[in-house]
Amino acid sequence: MASHFLKSTLAAALLSAIAVPAFAVDLQFYFPVSVGGKAADTIQSLTEDYVKSHKDVTIDAIYAGSYTDALTKAMTAARGGNAPQLSVLLSTDMFTLIDQDLIQPFDDFVSADEGKAWFGSFYPAFMLNSQTGGKTWGIPFQRSTPVMYWNKEAFKEAGLDPDKAPATWEEMVEYGHKLTKKDASGNVTQWGLRIPLDGFPYWLFQGLSTPAGAILANADGNKTDFANPKVVEALTFLVKMAKEEKIMEEGVTAWSATPKAFFEREAAMIWTTTGNLTNIRTNAPFDFGVGFLPKHERYGAPTGGGNFVLFKDATEEQKKAAVQFVKWMTEPEQAAKWSIATGYVAPSPAAWETEAMKAYAKDVPQAAVARDQLEYAVAELSTYENQKVTNFLNDAIHAALAGEKTPEEALKEAQEKAERVLKNYR
Amino acid sequence: MKRDWIYALLLLLPAMVLLMGFTHIPAIETVISSFFSTPHGRRPAHFVGLENYRYLLEDDVFIRSCWNNLIYSAITIPASIIIALVMALFVHNRMAGLSFLRMAFFTPTVLPMIAVGNIWLFFYTPSFGLIDQIRGLFGLPAQNWMGSTDTVLYTVLVVAVWKNAGFFMIFYLAALQTIPTQLREAASLEGAGRWTFFRRVTVPLIMPTTLFIMVNAIINSVRLIDHIFIMTQGGPNNASRLLLYHIYEVAFEYWDTAPASAMTVVILAVLSLLAIGQFFWLDRKVHYR
Amino acid sequence: MTAQDITLAARLDRALLTLGAWLLAILWILPLAYAVWTAFHPSAYETNFSLTAPLTLENFPKAWVQAPFARYFLNTMMLVAMTLTAQLVLSTLAAYAFARLKFPGKNILFTLVLLQLMVTPDILLVKNYETMSMLGLVDTILAIGLPYFASGFCIFLLRQTFMTIPKELDDAARIEGEGLIGTLWRVYIPLAKPTYLAFGLVSVSAHWNDFLWPLIVTNSVETRPLTVGLSVFSMTESGVEWSVINAATLMTSGPLLVGFLLFQRQFVQSFMRAGIK
Repeated sequence: MASHFLKSTLAAALLSAIAVPAFAVDLQFYFPVSVGGKAADTIQSLTEDYVKSHKDVTIDAIYAGSYTDALTKAMTAARGGNAPQLSVLLSTDMFTLIDQDLIQPFDDFVSADEGKAWFGSFYPAFMLNSQTGGKTWGIPFQRSTPVMYWNKEAFKEAGLDPDKAPATWEEMVEYGHKLTKKDASGNVTQWGLRIPLDGFPYWLFQGLSTPAGAILANADGNKTDFANPKVVEALTFLVKMAKEEKIMEEGVTAWSATPKAFFEREAAMIWTTTGNLTNIRTNAPFDFGVGFLPKHERYGAPTGGGNFVLFKDATEEQKKAAVQFVKWMTEPEQAAKWSIATGYVAPSPAAWETEAMKAYAKDVPQAAVARDQLEYAVAELSTYENQKVTNFLNDAIHAALAGEKTPEEALKEAQEKAERVLKNYR
Repeated sequence: MKRDWIYALLLLLPAMVLLMGFTHIPAIETVISSFFSTPHGRRPAHFVGLENYRYLLEDDVFIRSCWNNLIYSAITIPASIIIALVMALFVHNRMAGLSFLRMAFFTPTVLPMIAVGNIWLFFYTPSFGLIDQIRGLFGLPAQNWMGSTDTVLYTVLVVAVWKNAGFFMIFYLAALQTIPTQLREAASLEGAGRWTFFRRVTVPLIMPTTLFIMVNAIINSVRLIDHIFIMTQGGPNNASRLLLYHIYEVAFEYWDTAPASAMTVVILAVLSLLAIGQFFWLDRKVHYR
Repeated sequence: MTAQDITLAARLDRALLTLGAWLLAILWILPLAYAVWTAFHPSAYETNFSLTAPLTLENFPKAWVQAPFARYFLNTMMLVAMTLTAQLVLSTLAAYAFARLKFPGKNILFTLVLLQLMVTPDILLVKNYETMSMLGLVDTILAIGLPYFASGFCIFLLRQTFMTIPKELDDAARIEGEGLIGTLWRVYIPLAKPTYLAFGLVSVSAHWNDFLWPLIVTNSVETRPLTVGLSVFSMTESGVEWSVINAATLMTSGPLLVGFLLFQRQFVQSFMRAGIK
């Protein structure tokens, strides 16, 4: 094409010789940071530790912004023929990355036995978003799950047992009523419950749809089940809590202001990620509890967070070295260090058996709640063309909350739209 | 003249090469790819004709973004221009605390949107946010400004007006300074009121600046979307989704480049028409001295 | 009306005007005021405006360690200076050609320039990234600025200004033996100073704040601008910590604000001297 001719001429004109001699294996590794604090530092220092003991590799750990920024950056780079060899990306991006033919399964670089042992060392819930079609495409690293935090003082004031979280939906509504306070003019000063649903509402919504007994997508990532009556039940319940029971602020509340709302006693119970534990522990001016999301038909919550993925477009040496590095990073000692620094859930039982982690769990017993909830956890919603399909559900949740559509209508429409996209992948 | 031709070539060459290399050629590539399907790893793009454009007509999110953007532009453009002019008129006078006033109006220019988004987020937060704290003093109930589909567009719109007006003020201030003081003296001798002076003298004299600002305002009403990433992500239910944000999401989050190209082509067509139309009109109408 | 009434009315009028100006100014400075408040108080006072709140400086070191801000600041300065210089030089040359020279295809070329006013490179990220990696420029400050070096906006503005400059001045300079560059330097550039300033402000403010393109095209601390550093604090899973993010905002915007405060008279005046014509 003419444009390409012009571009190459431009390239030739401006390109200076930039041959870099390579003795060791060079790796580029993108990481997103979505918790503040020491996360970026910890990754850098872990990487440095590794390079010190492995002279044959150099690793360039590159901060890539938020999760979405990181995916954008990795995809853009890959399309420009400049992909990193390794990246931490949202586990839900797996199908997208497979579809774009950008990543390679880890199975290709370990023997069958080795693989079995390694992939089997993680909590099974975390592997749900990491494996498909019998291959392992992601290695759990910065993983999380939503839990409920509650204000023990507010519970006491409302005459509730401060050490007992609501265990069921009914209890949650009952507690919510007791915890919702109004001032003399009838304005609410404290809400019973806050489930922040801006941005990516599907995630916390899975904390309702899973207990209701629904699984939103199949393991092949090519079929959704949004119109399932159980999903409708979950959404109806959510809308009811805001509009009829009035234990939640109406409309959509912001994720980012949620911890602050908790500290300011604007909400007595909040749903948010375990990744918030460190923040809440440091800043909450009162005693708080951490508990499972309440059950309905069953307990249940999605997992979340990021996996290591291996990019295809690299030399064999690079990929081998990258796999070795990932292996090292997910070893119990390193996983424990990472988990303690950030508040992410250490992804393997072995990591919880390390001395460091044991001491931490003793010091912060709340940290273990997320781990225990993993038993009931399901895959985070993930399909081919993930962001697009997920957004159909997001819009449905928002439309129902805003009263623009009934939950049935909204979910039926979302399912139809998802069908139209996903039928091409079956 | 032959020499002119050679000079022109030399003078224009560096600018035109860069202009074409980073704007026109990629834009043409975008137009071409709008007639092809999105390549998916193993499945290369194939020619689909107008399929992507037909898809747009059925995409209710795209249509909603268009409407949102129309409202957004229709309010931010005049509002930021008028407020900017008012500010400039204020600061143009001698007035107590002039330095403070100038700095206040100047702040939006130096605070990056990526940081400012979070500050505005706090202002709008229900109950303990600034606006609600003030409303609380008067016994008014908390309002979930950013969480309701009815108000959210206006919350992001206010941020844009804040950003633009502060920036445009500077240009108006410069323009006002050029109006000869004799004119004002003459007008007051003739007994013309402030309003008459403003309407008959000031407004016509600052017309070129107004047009300059208007072009900027139009571009910004399409391009300035950083705060949406931080404040609302286009939600709830797409009520604050603007066109460029939607394009960004389709292209860089859905990786569905084909419809994204088609949308880009639509937006490019509208903007190009506006640009060319306005500038040729401006070229004729505005007398540069 | 007596003379006394008039002065009274004038005074009242003055007071009302001042009041209006101050109200508007307070509204406009609120975000900055809030940033200052949170940056100097512990995070417990982020939403609690009590006069007795204790002051603290701890938010600054907390923000400082989260990204190499000093280096980012330097990068942003280099980026902004380089981009602006290139824009002004390239546009001056092109604008002169459009304003004063006759050549075939002038209208078509000028239309292409106008197109770039609105069709900005921001929208064309993927293609531009491909070009950068072909040129081997990924992860350089040059790559952040390069797509913006030729600015349609600047060319247009300067052309408009140059066209208002009497041709006789040009001829006179030529008769005195000035070449093309000399004429530009002696005649055109001095007369177009306000335009340069106006565009300079637009350009600096745009590139100072740009986030996405720099994030994508750079990989290392040595090349990344401030906005990338600031992004560490936004959109986090654990919610906003206004005290820290605002401390970072003040550190990074502070120098500009202080600069404006110190030089505001010179700045505003030189900027105002002739206005944008």
